[in-house]
Amino acid sequence: MKKRWYDYLWIVELTYMALGLFNILFAWLGMLFFCIPLMISLVWGTKGYCNRYCGRGQLFGLLGGRFGLSRKKDVPKWLRSKWFRYGFLIFFFIMFFQMLWNTYLVFAGVQNLRQAVTLLWTFQLPWHWAYHGTLFSPGVAQFAFGFYSVMLTSTVLGLLTMALFKPRSWCVYCPMGTMTQLICKAKHRKDDIVTGQKSELKQICQTKERRSSYGTFQFF
Amino acid sequence: MEIKAKAKRCAFVRTDICVACGCCVKVCPLSAIQIWNGIWAKVDRAKCVGCGKCARECPASIIEIQEVTV
Repeated sequence: MKKRWYDYLWIVELTYMALGLFNILFAWLGMLFFCIPLMISLVWGTKGYCNRYCGRGQLFGLLGGRFGLSRKKDVPKWLRSKWFRYGFLIFFFIMFFQMLWNTYLVFAGVQNLRQAVTLLWTFQLPWHWAYHGTLFSPGVAQFAFGFYSVMLTSTVLGLLTMALFKPRSWCVYCPMGTMTQLICKAKHRKDDIVTGQKSELKQICQTKERRSSYGTFQFF
Repeated sequence: MEIKAKAKRCAFVRTDICVACGCCVKVCPLSAIQIWNGIWAKVDRAKCVGCGKCARECPASIIEIQEVTV
């Protein structure tokens, strides 16, 4: 299959993570990874970003697929359940707003700038070498540290699930993916989502019944 | 003379838990899958030959290859 320019966006993802090692203010660029998918889903009502432009997904696909760093096992059922996906989205939101609150406190002068990156919402990693001062308020740098923490945490989680399960297992519970899918659902609520879905399921059930009557088929 | 039903293999997507990531779309050699409005993957049964590439690629493992009687 012919490669397109967007098939190389994994390089952008790698570059972003690398830049954060040298100057934390580059973390602000990560806002693009948040805004572009939201914009695509809000304007066009599709998951075009996940389907085509997600550099992170491509990176996991490359590492787990071509480089063979994945066990390629099925993800557990709980990981793909709606409860977990929506729960993780809410949890991610809470943590994101907590990060925004910390940024506000630094902006307001209540709290000093913490030159650290928080991995997995728990572990404080010293990251002072990547901070070289800012022309603006220290709050600008605090947001960069916080945002890079979010990006690093999700990358580490993605790498873990890539190694344990299928290469792009992160896509199953990616909060951005869940959020854009919810937006798409809301945007197309007047379309035949329910009827379309039911007809699809009905088709499966009909096949199941047909096969069962021959005694050759077991479903799930 | 008895006419035997021809068994055709086809991909079935569990649309209720599909995350619409689009991994299946990328690997389908016949472009038989598309993401329907960013909500779930839809298989074109006329095009699908049930090769199983999408099922292997699906990160949520919610695509199954089944025989359908034509």
